Amino acid sequence: MLRSLRLVAAKDLRIEYRSRVATNQVLPFALLVLVLFAFALDPDSGTLQRATPGLFWLAVLFALVFTVQRSFALETADGARDLLRLSALEPAGIFLGKAAALMAELLLLELGLGVGIVLLYDVPTRAGGLALVVATVLAATCGLATVGTLYGGLAAGLRVRDTLLPLLLLPVVAPVLIGANRAFEAALGIGGRATSEGWPWVGLLTVFALVYTALGLVVFGPLLEES
Amino acid sequence: MTTGGATAADTEAAPPTASGATGVAPSPVGRHSATGTKATRVIGVLALIGVPLLLLLGLVTSPEDVEMGDSVRIMYVHVPSAWLAYLAFAVTALGSVCYLWPRTRSLAWDRFAGASAEIGVLFTGLALATGMLWGRPTWGVYWTWDARLTTTALLFLLFLGYLAIRRLPAAPEVRAKRAAIAGLIAFVDVPIVHLSVEWWRSLHQGATVARRDLNAELDGTMLFTLFLGLIVFTLIYVWLLLHRSRQLWLEDQQLDTSLDAAIAERRRESGLPPAAAPSTTGAAT
Repeated sequence: MLRSLRLVAAKDLRIEYRSRVATNQVLPFALLVLVLFAFALDPDSGTLQRATPGLFWLAVLFALVFTVQRSFALETADGARDLLRLSALEPAGIFLGKAAALMAELLLLELGLGVGIVLLYDVPTRAGGLALVVATVLAATCGLATVGTLYGGLAAGLRVRDTLLPLLLLPVVAPVLIGANRAFEAALGIGGRATSEGWPWVGLLTVFALVYTALGLVVFGPLLEES
Repeated sequence: MTTGGATAADTEAAPPTASGATGVAPSPVGRHSATGTKATRVIGVLALIGVPLLLLLGLVTSPEDVEMGDSVRIMYVHVPSAWLAYLAFAVTALGSVCYLWPRTRSLAWDRFAGASAEIGVLFTGLALATGMLWGRPTWGVYWTWDARLTTTALLFLLFLGYLAIRRLPAAPEVRAKRAAIAGLIAFVDVPIVHLSVEWWRSLHQGATVARRDLNAELDGTMLFTLFLGLIVFTLIYVWLLLHRSRQLWLEDQQLDTSLDAAIAERRRESGLPPAAAPSTTGAAT
């Protein structure tokens, strides 16, 4: 299973590295969203600073939809999905591999976005919250990547997938948005929050990631079998 | 109901024997051409008796609330609707699990899951609408970001997505698998959503107003009316579920038989004998 994971993840990342869609299209899009948010919310009144965690994670969610679509568009083209099934890789390994590749892409994206909000939004950063930020990002991204892989596999190959995927994916990741937001607020000290208030949310995000990893390991096999 | 569903799955797996030689008016549909049975008729009649009784008790007999006045009567529709919503989605999840589990795999489970989700979305919508109508005079706002309300709204959206997946054109088995997985993903999300929303809201405010709606001490007639409402709505749910799932089965049958009939027609036109070929071609597709 670990070998399948490594092979699939390496394949996806290699394609991304060569095509550079993530860095040349999705990341600029996410940064564009950040700029648009500044137009929508007055940057001088402090609303923007207070809303920063929410805006960050919303931008991540939008990017997630694109990344998932991209990740499974690769598998649908030229019958790659059938070849994947013929390759004797374990379905659980394929699931974890695709999720791992997705997670790596998202982490890169979040890094870019993070630099963007620090530079553009003038957020109050504090060193004490760094561990919380890293833990939140890892747990939340893991959850997003696993759910994204599940629904991506589900919607792959459907003619209406471009409109269907956001409808399916975004309500399910609502707890991630809530949890990651609160944890970020605690880490940045927005509204006078203490850093310790953020850790229960990291726990919730971890549970979310674990639940969907387990579900994915079980149902991805049947999902791939479908013609 | 389960036996009917099982035969349905069997005939879909191997249609040739059941649909007979002609392929035009095959026996499985003929046998179940109506969706009603004795059991559903009994349930339907009981529900029909229950609804006017509920109306009478809810609108006339039961007293108005000390604090809420007449608006408390919305509760007799609102609470059963919300209960049905959760019941229906639980049945959808059960149907999805049973479909995915290889030993119980049968399209009957898929149809139950689908029918139940449709009813669930309807009653979630009803619960949200009646809740808003009740909230306006009671809290002064149509909507508040209370944990229970937010969870229900997300549930509504989650299962709208599920129904969108079901409506995509696909072979019954493909659709069933896809829908079952989507149903599971959505259902697993519900407790997590609830927990996160509850934590989120409790950070901002203390005990929410919504907690008050049912915990207030209820008068005997009011409690009985509420209880009757739960029973009547559950009867309606069961009735709708049975009819709708059978209707979905007929729809699947219709797909098979209309193809068979069309092929038989073509064969007649070209002077070929109406052989047993139609059903095998039907199975191949």
